[in-house]
Amino acid sequence: MAPPTVRDMSGQGVRWTAEQVLALAPDTASRKSGSKLAAPGPWSEAGTADGALWGLCKGSGKTPYRTVVDVDGGNGPGYTCSCPSRKFPCKHALGLLLLWAGGEESVGPAPEVPQWAQEWLAGRRQRARQAAGAGDAGGGAGGAGQPADPEAARRRAERRARLVSAGAAELEQRLTDLLRGGLAAAEHQGYAAWDEMAARMVDAQAKGLADGLRELGAIPSSGPGWPERLLSESALLHLLAQGVLGLEQPEGSSSGGTAPERSQPGTPPSGSRLPEPLAATVRSRVGLTVDTARLLADEEARVRDDWLVLAQRDTDEGKLTVRRIWLSGRRSRRPALLLSFAVAGRAPQLSLPVGSVLDCDLAFYPGTAPLRAALGERHGPPGAGFLPAAAGAAGGGSSVAAALAAYAAALCEDPWLDAWPVVLTDVVPIPGGQGAWQLADSEGEGALPLAPDSPPAGLWKLTALSGGAALTVFGDCGHRGFTPYTAWSPTADHPEAIPL
Amino acid sequence: MDTTASTPPTAGTPWSELVTAALLGAERRTPPGGSVTALLDAAAVETVRRRAGMRPAVAGPRPEPSPADERPPLPAAAEHRLSLLLARGGASSGGGGGRRGTAPDLGELLPQWLAAANAHGYRAPEAKLPALLDAARARTDLRPQTLAFAGPRGRWLARLNPDWKFALRNGGEHTGHTGSAGPGDTGTSTGTSTGAEAVTTEVVQALWDEGLFAERVTLLASLRRRDPAAGLALLASSWSAERAEDRLMFLDSLRDGLSPADEPFLEQALADRSRTVRATGAELLSALPGSALAGRMARRASSCVSLDPVPDGPDDRILVEAPHECDAEMQRDGVVPKPPAGRGERAWWLGQLVETAPLATWTERFGGRTPAEIIALPVADDWQQDLHAAWCLAAVRQRDVGWARALVGAPGASPAQGPGDPAKLLAVLPPEERAVWAARFIAAHGLSEAFRILGVCAVPWSDPLGRAVMDALEIARDAGSYPWSFSGVMGLAERCLDPVDADRLAPLAAVPDEPEDGSPGAGSYWSEAFQRLVSTLRLRAEMRAELRGEALGVAAQAVAAEG
Repeated sequence: MAPPTVRDMSGQGVRWTAEQVLALAPDTASRKSGSKLAAPGPWSEAGTADGALWGLCKGSGKTPYRTVVDVDGGNGPGYTCSCPSRKFPCKHALGLLLLWAGGEESVGPAPEVPQWAQEWLAGRRQRARQAAGAGDAGGGAGGAGQPADPEAARRRAERRARLVSAGAAELEQRLTDLLRGGLAAAEHQGYAAWDEMAARMVDAQAKGLADGLRELGAIPSSGPGWPERLLSESALLHLLAQGVLGLEQPEGSSSGGTAPERSQPGTPPSGSRLPEPLAATVRSRVGLTVDTARLLADEEARVRDDWLVLAQRDTDEGKLTVRRIWLSGRRSRRPALLLSFAVAGRAPQLSLPVGSVLDCDLAFYPGTAPLRAALGERHGPPGAGFLPAAAGAAGGGSSVAAALAAYAAALCEDPWLDAWPVVLTDVVPIPGGQGAWQLADSEGEGALPLAPDSPPAGLWKLTALSGGAALTVFGDCGHRGFTPYTAWSPTADHPEAIPL
Repeated sequence: MDTTASTPPTAGTPWSELVTAALLGAERRTPPGGSVTALLDAAAVETVRRRAGMRPAVAGPRPEPSPADERPPLPAAAEHRLSLLLARGGASSGGGGGRRGTAPDLGELLPQWLAAANAHGYRAPEAKLPALLDAARARTDLRPQTLAFAGPRGRWLARLNPDWKFALRNGGEHTGHTGSAGPGDTGTSTGTSTGAEAVTTEVVQALWDEGLFAERVTLLASLRRRDPAAGLALLASSWSAERAEDRLMFLDSLRDGLSPADEPFLEQALADRSRTVRATGAELLSALPGSALAGRMARRASSCVSLDPVPDGPDDRILVEAPHECDAEMQRDGVVPKPPAGRGERAWWLGQLVETAPLATWTERFGGRTPAEIIALPVADDWQQDLHAAWCLAAVRQRDVGWARALVGAPGASPAQGPGDPAKLLAVLPPEERAVWAARFIAAHGLSEAFRILGVCAVPWSDPLGRAVMDALEIARDAGSYPWSFSGVMGLAERCLDPVDADRLAPLAAVPDEPEDGSPGAGSYWSEAFQRLVSTLRLRAEMRAELRGEALGVAAQAVAAEG
């Protein structure tokens, strides 16, 4: 991966690296078949112009497949291919991208987009513009993000809030029962009881509470120290349920303080309603989401900056693939997290090249420790990245201590945070023979244990990059330890971001 | 990590007390604070307090920094290519003869990519080292080149991960400087090697006396490469105390750098308690044509094989009188008395004597005849096959070009007639001669017997050899058979043909007309196979260019630095 600055001059945007392309692959088989197609052999009439790539790929049939990739589309890259594959992107799109990533020899700049590619491209960009326009217009008539009937929507929201509230009250009752009987009994209870309770929370449309319960259910079989972990997580779930019960009810917000009193245990005394940013944190934790289009339309929520793409990670969460993309603002110096979803087995649409910089708007979801954001308008193609600064940024201090302080500060705002994204500078990875791996300050004795579930392949890559020397690492710092996501090679003249 | 926080007493109850209360349950004992809700409230506060109050852990022992690797980094395009080759996986896709599509088999190209990168003297990208070591762990054929490429950082890394122990076992001395040591570098490289030797003399004996078996084998092998005499002396110092299995392994490591100086030690090994040690000692001695053992074998063999002048005929012939017994002396010299099933014992003994005798014996014995003339002599009483087969083994073992050339015979002769394994004999010949012989062999016999012969030819194949293979493939296609009957040769051709041949092959990738008696559908399979061959060759050409492109840049930088 060369520093992409050189290629910027072409006006074609940065060619991605092979790793960035392979990160788009929906599964391992696609990675392999895509890599195989990354040779000039099967391709003809391949070219690039106007932020798009195209090419004809010879398959087993007589007619070659027509593959088009929109690299700089308004809403992340898009793909189309005339092949019958149901994978997305298909191996032809991956192969074409890899070929393009390889350089100009195979996919060179063309004067214009051929007609067959232009049709799809124009349609896609038109839709993206319409969507963006609708978002910007906010309350404009007929906007895509706007409910058809505001009155019906309000009634739905009220009904849901009542359901969630009832769910929280029931959860409190269950937690009370649990603590009455004692956690020791929970060891023999088995997962089914937790799952049944979680299902009731799903019925109550409180996804956050359901997820919390499923996690509780897994703790008794999680090895030594489980009673402490079960108590901690139960207590935090109790705190969240209390938060839900402390939310303003929708009719309260419209007609002023007439929320119905309840007699269930755990209902806070009336008058102790949560203040607004904290209430927003509770709402998002419990699964009462904010409409993204409306968020993007809110000028106050939007922050334009040069956002450095720090990391991109996919996790398999049941029926969904969740992609997390962490960013950091060059001027604002604030962290941001984008989420993108896809059904299991497919790659989420949004993909940003790690290490590059994006001049774009981000709209932050409301809350006390705002981190999650929605990607708004992009003001240009991705550009060359830079080396991020440390979390604390108090020059010369311990990077490890600064990271813990950053997590602590965020925790003061949002007690449910498991981890907080931080950049560590001048740290040395220490492989754990028997015990846990560590990232240690290059000067001094301080170290962060690495989270036990960090994938070993990434840890060895980190060690190889370091060679025993200090380097810059980005990751999540939390109570389970530090999870490294990206490292910057210490030896290179132009430090480049290496995903771990 | 929760436990790293200190727990000063706060307004709340200590955490341990909260946990105990929670475990017991409120039904058994009233929890602190008087109610379950109070217990949960206190636990929530305490949990957040402890998480927010985490202190740094104490750093464990840090790894020693890795030694520097001064080799230049890969060009960007070549690094990108390496990602693709590694993404394909170190494991090669099953070698079976199935349908393989038109795309190149990237896993098969990794070995030559590594060899080329090493020839240029590039440094491996640090981030790729784990993937490289994993690939080499799965495929032993990748190991030498991978370890050379991985260099000092790779060995440093391998010491930290038990999965990569193999990297320390052998080849620890490969510095990977194969192509990079220019004239300017010699000062530093000799400097480091003398430094290493100074360290060795002190450390070697201790490691030899106390090390694990694998460490000791590595130590002996590396010392032997640097200083054969010192290696021999080290082995001799503890020889009688070693276990028989270990003696065998140690003795085998003398094969590198074998010289007449090793003879006294090897003679001593002939008296070893273990039969396998004796046999290995004899084998090593027989590779030293001037050794006493070789002389003894020459005398024994000569007494069995003689020239019989035919009074009236134009030609003399060879008479063979195989040994009647295998005495103790012969056994001491490594002759195995018991033949394998299906072989007569006298023929078995004769074979071993002739194999071990220096080939020069025969020129002398048959009145100054050349190897070809000796082989042309008729042999009496059906002994010809035994005698010639033994000479073949001797030619291979003694790496005698003249005998190998005579024994491998004309490439046009039927391969079944030859006395020995033509691939092994060919390997003794110079590369150009090998290629010419193989080309003529393929022209005469086609590809069905050619796989092993092609396997010993130098890569990339020379022009005549490449042409012969391409012509033979075209003939095979026109004959209407399926391409997977030739998948072995096809795979070799993908890896070994000179990439410049791609253009010549391109027309073959078109779907041909079906011959009347051909197998149905074979034409399109052939087209697919040729497409893959062409695209693989193009890819190899590209790989080379990627590696070369930056090599020019490095040269330019070096010039600039000097100027």
